[in-house]
Amino acid sequence: MTTKSKPATEPGRVETIDQVVIRFAGDSGDGMQVTGDRFTDESALFGNDLSTFPNYPAEIRAPAGTLAGVSAFQIHISDHEILTPGDVPNVLVAMNPAALRANVNDLPNGGILVINGDSFDERDLAKAGYESNPLKDGSLSAYRTYEIPMTSLTLEACRPTGAKPRDAERSKNFFALGLLSWLYHRPIADTERWIVRRYGKSPIVAEANELAFRAGYNFGETAEIFESSYEIAPAEHLPGTYANVTGNVALAWGLLAAAHLARLPLFLGSYPITPASDILHELSKHKNFGVRTLQAEDEIAGIGAALGAAFGGALGVTTTSGPGIDLKAETVGLAVSLELPLLIVDIQRGGPSTGLPTKTEQSDLLHAMFGRHGEAPVPIIAAKTPSHCFEAAIEAARIALKFRTPVYLLSDGYLANGAEPWRLPDVESLPDISVEFTTEPNATGAEGAPCFWPFKRDPDTLARPWAVPGTPGLEHRIGGLEKQDGIGTVSYEPANHSAMVHARAAKIAGIAKTLPPVAADDPNGDARVLLLGWGSTYAAITAGVKRVRKAGKSVAQVHLVHLNPFPPNLGEVLRSYEVILVPEGNLGHLTRLVRSDFLVDARVLSKVEGTPFRVGEIQQAILDEIARLESSPAAGAATAKEAAL
Amino acid sequence: MTDVAVPVTTRKDWASDQEVRWCPGCGDYSILSAVQLLLPELGVRRENTVFISGIGCAARFPYYMNTYGIHSIHGRAPAIATGLAVTRPDLDVWVVTGDGDALSIGGNHLVHALRRNVKLTILMFNNQIYGLTKGQYSPTSEIGKITKSTPFGSLDTPFNPVSLALGAEATFVARTHDLDRKHMIETFRRAHDHPGASFVEVYQNCNVFNDGAFEAINGKDNRADMIIPLEHGKPIRFGADGEHGVASDGQGGLRLVEVKDVGEQALVVHDETHANPSLAFALSRLATGPHQPTPIGVFRAFERPDYGSLVDRQLLEARSREGVGELASLLRSGATWNYD
Repeated sequence: MTTKSKPATEPGRVETIDQVVIRFAGDSGDGMQVTGDRFTDESALFGNDLSTFPNYPAEIRAPAGTLAGVSAFQIHISDHEILTPGDVPNVLVAMNPAALRANVNDLPNGGILVINGDSFDERDLAKAGYESNPLKDGSLSAYRTYEIPMTSLTLEACRPTGAKPRDAERSKNFFALGLLSWLYHRPIADTERWIVRRYGKSPIVAEANELAFRAGYNFGETAEIFESSYEIAPAEHLPGTYANVTGNVALAWGLLAAAHLARLPLFLGSYPITPASDILHELSKHKNFGVRTLQAEDEIAGIGAALGAAFGGALGVTTTSGPGIDLKAETVGLAVSLELPLLIVDIQRGGPSTGLPTKTEQSDLLHAMFGRHGEAPVPIIAAKTPSHCFEAAIEAARIALKFRTPVYLLSDGYLANGAEPWRLPDVESLPDISVEFTTEPNATGAEGAPCFWPFKRDPDTLARPWAVPGTPGLEHRIGGLEKQDGIGTVSYEPANHSAMVHARAAKIAGIAKTLPPVAADDPNGDARVLLLGWGSTYAAITAGVKRVRKAGKSVAQVHLVHLNPFPPNLGEVLRSYEVILVPEGNLGHLTRLVRSDFLVDARVLSKVEGTPFRVGEIQQAILDEIARLESSPAAGAATAKEAAL
Repeated sequence: MTDVAVPVTTRKDWASDQEVRWCPGCGDYSILSAVQLLLPELGVRRENTVFISGIGCAARFPYYMNTYGIHSIHGRAPAIATGLAVTRPDLDVWVVTGDGDALSIGGNHLVHALRRNVKLTILMFNNQIYGLTKGQYSPTSEIGKITKSTPFGSLDTPFNPVSLALGAEATFVARTHDLDRKHMIETFRRAHDHPGASFVEVYQNCNVFNDGAFEAINGKDNRADMIIPLEHGKPIRFGADGEHGVASDGQGGLRLVEVKDVGEQALVVHDETHANPSLAFALSRLATGPHQPTPIGVFRAFERPDYGSLVDRQLLEARSREGVGELASLLRSGATWNYD
């Protein structure tokens, strides 16, 4: 947080700052996610750029007051373009000792600490593992600490509603939201309307939340305990209409858009799993788009039903996360063999096994790439930001439909739940991804009669014809057994199997012809270090690269959306840099792929802590690589020699 | 798809050009021909008919039908067929499966397709053995079965497929056998015409790995005394002269009786359409396997809305409530703001 004016000490003073990172932390029953969401919407409406990071436990109700039950929501708001939710908070709101203990180490010295002082009795402290009260033992002296009796102030404010104290107490998150809304000059009318909409069915709850919200706001204004309040000017934006979206909502909307653009009915077969379920929830709401959603009996049935729908001419989709893709692998293989369009959406989370259900990771890339028996190539698309999930869904559908293939669409927990302002696209400008069903015979049978060959490939795309049931004269059978090239009947013939294996591989490889070439972002054209990324690392890598450039150093960046096949010129681009550094949320999946495909010395920068990269980590890694290069005379000489040539 | 009259077809029109490759003498041949004889009588179109199977001997069935079809993966046919039936209510979707495919690896999909009442006609060929993998015991094999994988006898209690289907809330449950073409055709016709999920267990002889498994009941000389034909609305009796019957056992179940001992009034009258499947279930428990007098025919034919039509109704309701979905307004459905 940098201040643009001199620090003010008089109450009532307003400081203008360019950005702030706030983390709301409390028990998972304290409503921290709602608080964060509302603060996000207020900030978006105000016009700040923003990025958010919800971080909550896998347990629905972990024991109250314990470290295991701490739920947090971090939001970064600014008057300029930002990409990440911030490495560390400038402000920590802690609703109980456990929230404090779990988060305070992230708060830099001098940071603002807002604490609900009512929740620090001996029992609360013991549950959080505190031996002495941090509010009294001086251990928080490095921070600007504001201890506010939020619970009792909320109870007092809610008294007119007649709500029981136990119920009224639950409104304390709105007190915190009101207080922070005052502190950062947020517009509050929209939250007031939202409370009425959201809780209108239980008027007492709505009233209590509204009173608590007001009380928090007014407390900030009148209690004069904060030295100043803060303004953050709206950011500059491209003209247009904006909405705040999470990755999962953008992805669900992208699927609806893809079906619309393909002029096909949308079918989703899915089994509930964190963090993918919100896509099922979102699509289930929009039946007026004609989308059919099936909550299947298991992951296998989810993808099976989607494949059955695809056979019938629908855009078939299944959504899942880690353990789900293990179970779906068999049906993905069948879809490869049947050569039918199908989308498999994988919202990656920490693994192996159940792993970290609510935490992010990028460790399914090699599963998507290779996780099937036999030679079973599948195209892979990865979304890079929450709003990009919309576009990525359309692109995945384009490839699936045009090439009659299952396509993996990778997102992750960070994108799924993270939000950012999105400049809404003009619906008219979205691409037409429709394909034609085959309606006429395409071959001649033994007796000279016209007939239909289900595996007679398009010479350009190598895709097979898609003839759907209901089309007279094109009745045909397809299956998981190897098929005779063209005619599609069962064949165990050795040369035919070889031809089919190669044809399927060539079809997927040939998708590269339809992809735009990559261009490294290398403004001065003299960078020696290239940052290569995919998926949700986009934000941290881009911000890290910007910081390095700001410090006067050159660094190049390529961020891949298409992971199989790669863009056609990727090898050429990679080979033009001395160092290729690949930050990824795994132990080196993309790194392995580019090393084996292009024989380049790519090196991984791994992070598998269940959280996204911090900008500072990327920045440091780039600076280290640059320093290493600069201190190595051999490399320097080589570059000079190349320059001379 | 059109109003033009359904073309008249013969059995030949429904047979594909593929050579049928089941073992000579396999019961599957007679089931295939029963289906190919029935289809011309149903007034349906080839292009609107789909056969979906999993893995196993029975699962080769779609290759022999001149219709649309998928030979899919082990156990998954009901799931794949669900997606097709729900998105294409205009189609007739058949699932052909076996005892291992439907009850072992695909047990979960079968019970859920039944409880949802997806518009599917499910034919389960029960030969009480794994044929395609060359002779291991199946989930319907009797206890003590000696096979390659159970040289000292199988230990697990078999499923009773009819009981299982009834327990899974199936609305249509029937049993037939491969030696009675006429009964098969009539049973398949009823199953096809049922407006929802229908489940037919077909006793099918595997002459290579489990020959004669059903001979005790459907051998020519045994049938009269061992097969109990179920007819809706009629007292349940069997035997060459109808001398045997089925009566209440006074404990919520049924027992076999001699009509002369109990009198005709004591016989249970079959009612397929009862909302409560208890009678059907009790009938399914009369025999513990095909070595005791065994009911054949329709156990249950109860109507409730099929899953696909319920899904479609929700879509229609959503459209009449909210109007047809518009992408541009969806994107603007939450809080939005403008920058100039």
